[in-house]
Amino acid sequence: MSLLIDLEKRDKVLCVRLEGELDHHTAMKLRERVDSALKEHHLTHILLNLEHLTFMDSSGLGVILGRYKLVQTLGGEMVVCSISPQIKRLFEMSGLFKIVRLASNEMDALLELGVA
Amino acid sequence: MKNRMELSFSALSQNESFARVTVGAFVTQLDPTMDELTEIKTVVSEAVTNAIIHGYNEDAKGEVYIEVELEADTVRLVIRDKGIGIHNVDEARQPLFTSKPELERSGMGFTIMENFMDEVAIHSEPMVGTTVTLVKTLSKQRALCN
Repeated sequence: MSLLIDLEKRDKVLCVRLEGELDHHTAMKLRERVDSALKEHHLTHILLNLEHLTFMDSSGLGVILGRYKLVQTLGGEMVVCSISPQIKRLFEMSGLFKIVRLASNEMDALLELGVA
Repeated sequence: MKNRMELSFSALSQNESFARVTVGAFVTQLDPTMDELTEIKTVVSEAVTNAIIHGYNEDAKGEVYIEVELEADTVRLVIRDKGIGIHNVDEARQPLFTSKPELERSGMGFTIMENFMDEVAIHSEPMVGTTVTLVKTLSKQRALCN
């Protein structure tokens, strides 16, 4: 099982929807795709939808933290939504919860980012 | 009764998913809960990723070795590489510590292993390699399928 990455531009927000498994191997692909989309379309915010993510490890935490830092340098924000209990545990363990905003679904996440 | 298996593969990142799925399939015979299975797959992913990134610096000529032993309700995993070794194991175990911040590593690998397993032992020698031993006893809360 690999990782499917769906990207959509909504106003200043890059919506990133993940399906499959996020590990060291797939994290590299995710970083490239997200960073080039932000640059190409001059976007500053990221909405990360993890509803269909079936597996994640610490490499996923690393790439998420990296994107958070990137949007910060662009003056933007990142909201993560639809997170499963297993992935929530990893967020709690790493303290990522303290810096990344969470939303229960994509609609709420877009509202948080001032879109929709 | 003891049941064991061994696996070795090239230090390529595409083998990380192969490793955790294979170990998960072997452990399934003990009827773990979904959470326990996810925990075991996650720690395999962590240790194998460490071997590939840190042990071998992503040199595919390296080999990663996994041994799994099942006995009663206990799973024992030994994940080994013949890479460069860990300079300071205590430092590596610290949450958020990473020797490769430029690669956006979270530094959470060993912390996750310690949280998800009952025992974590790390033996490492410079230029000889690293062996991580992980032990977990499964709970008895499994659903009965009858």
